[in-house]
Amino acid sequence: MSALETATPTVSERGPSAALEQAGRVETVKLSAWYGDRQAVRDMSLTIQPNRVTAVIGPSGCGKSTFIRCLNRMHEVTPGAGVAGKVLLDGQDIYAPGVDPVSVRRTIGMVFQRPVVFPTMSIFENVAIGLRVNGLASRRRLPEIVERSLAQAALWDEVKDKLTEPGTALSGGQQQRLCIARALAVQPEVLLLDEPASALDPQATLRIEELLQQLKERYTVAIVTHNMQQAARVSDYTAFMLAGADRVGELIEYGETREVFTNPKDRRTEGYLTGRFG
Amino acid sequence: MRIRSTYENELQQIQDQMLVMASMVDRQIDRSIQALKNRDLDESRRIVADDLQINKIRFDIEELCIQIIATQQPMASDLRAIVAVLNIITDLERMGDHAEGIAKISLMIGDEPLLKPLIDVPRMADKARDMLRRTMDAFVERDAEAAKRIAEEDDQVDALYDQVYRELLTFMLSEPSNITRATYLLWVAHNLERIADRVTNICERIVFLVTGRMQEMNVSKY
Repeated sequence: MSALETATPTVSERGPSAALEQAGRVETVKLSAWYGDRQAVRDMSLTIQPNRVTAVIGPSGCGKSTFIRCLNRMHEVTPGAGVAGKVLLDGQDIYAPGVDPVSVRRTIGMVFQRPVVFPTMSIFENVAIGLRVNGLASRRRLPEIVERSLAQAALWDEVKDKLTEPGTALSGGQQQRLCIARALAVQPEVLLLDEPASALDPQATLRIEELLQQLKERYTVAIVTHNMQQAARVSDYTAFMLAGADRVGELIEYGETREVFTNPKDRRTEGYLTGRFG
Repeated sequence: MRIRSTYENELQQIQDQMLVMASMVDRQIDRSIQALKNRDLDESRRIVADDLQINKIRFDIEELCIQIIATQQPMASDLRAIVAVLNIITDLERMGDHAEGIAKISLMIGDEPLLKPLIDVPRMADKARDMLRRTMDAFVERDAEAAKRIAEEDDQVDALYDQVYRELLTFMLSEPSNITRATYLLWVAHNLERIADRVTNICERIVFLVTGRMQEMNVSKY
C-alpha cells in the first residue's frame, strides 16, 4: 500500500492538510541512550521531516552517531546498549513490544562511514542481498529492482555493463553509492547516513551530496556529519548536538539549516559554527 | 587558547580597515565643504585626487573578505559581519564619491564668488558626518538600537535640504542670472543629502549584523 493510500482514510479526522503528508516522518520523544552504565544521549526530542534532508552535527563524542543509530534500532546491537524514550515512525513506536527490529531496519535503512561491500559478491548480488535474505522479491523481479536501486543511487550508468564483477572492484565513492543502492532495494521510507562521505575524496563527496538531493524527493533523509560545510550544503534542517561536562550528548538547537548557519539562536551553536570553542 | 587565531586576525582586520575607510570618508566630506567655503581650488583638486585612496582601500577590504570566505568558510555572526562589511564599504566608497563630487562642483564654480554665504550646507555636512561617526561606533558596539535611532536622524538632513532648496529657488526666481550659481549649490546639498541616505543604509547593515534580519529603515523622501 502506498504512503498516500495509508494516509487517505484519516484525512477527515486530521484535516485536509493531512492528505499532503508523506510517509517517513520520524519523531523522537525524550530519547536517551546508554552504553552499559554510561549515558551517551539525553532527552532528544525532534521531528525529522519526510522529503527533507536533516543533518545532525556536533563535535566528536557528542552522541550524534549514537542518536541516529537509535532511529532504526541499530544501537541495541551493541552489547550492553540501552535506550529510553520513544522513536515514532509515522506515529508508530518502533520500540513497542512486538515490533520486529529487522523489519524496522528495512523500513529505516542505514549507510555507514566505510562502505560495507561483500567481497565475494558481484555488484548485482551486493544490491540484491537484502531482497534475497528477506525473501522480498522473486528471482524474476530481482534484475528490475536492482536496476532501479542502482539508478536511484546514481550508479547504474557506471556499472550496467559489469554487474557480474566484484563489488570491491569499484572505487570508494562508487562502493558507497552501491551501499546506498542496497539500502534502497528493500524500499525503505527513511534513509539514515552516518558520515557517508568522510572516507571519500572531494569529487566523490560531491556526488553523494548531489545524490541526497535526488533521494529526498522519495525518502526521509537524515545524515550525521562532522563536516559543517557539508551539512550547510545538503540539508534543509540541522540539529546541533553537544555533550556537556557530564559527557552526555544533548540537542542544543534544531531548525532550518539556513537559519542555524547564519543566525543561530544558542551561543553554543554560534561557538561551534565559528570554531570558537574547543 | 584561541583555536583560530589567523582567522580571527583576518576578521578583525577587515573591520579595522573599514573603520579607517570611514574616517577617510569623513575627512573627505569635511575637506570638500571647507574648500568650497574658502574657495580653495587647489585643495578641491587634492580632494579629487585623494578619492583614489578611498577606492583603493575599498578594493583591498573586498579582496580580504573574498579571501576569508574562500579559505575559512565563515559561519553565523562571522558570516554576517563579512557580508555587512562588504555592503558598508560599498556605501562608504559612494559617500567618498559624493565628497569628490562636491570638490568638482567647487572647481566648476571656479573663480566666481559663491551666490550666498554657506549656512545650512555646512550644517547638513556636520549632521551627516556626526551620523557617520556614531554609526561606526554602533558597528563596533554591535548596537542595533543605536543604529535604528541614527537612521531616523536622516529626516533632519532631509529637512535642511528642503530649506536649502527653497532658499535657492527664491534666489533663482528673483534673479534668473543667479540660476547657474544656485544650481551648483543645490548640487552640493544634494550630494550631502545622499551621503546621509547612505549612512541609513549602513545602519540597516548593522541591524542585520546584530539580529540577522534584513530591514529597510527610514526610506528617504528623495
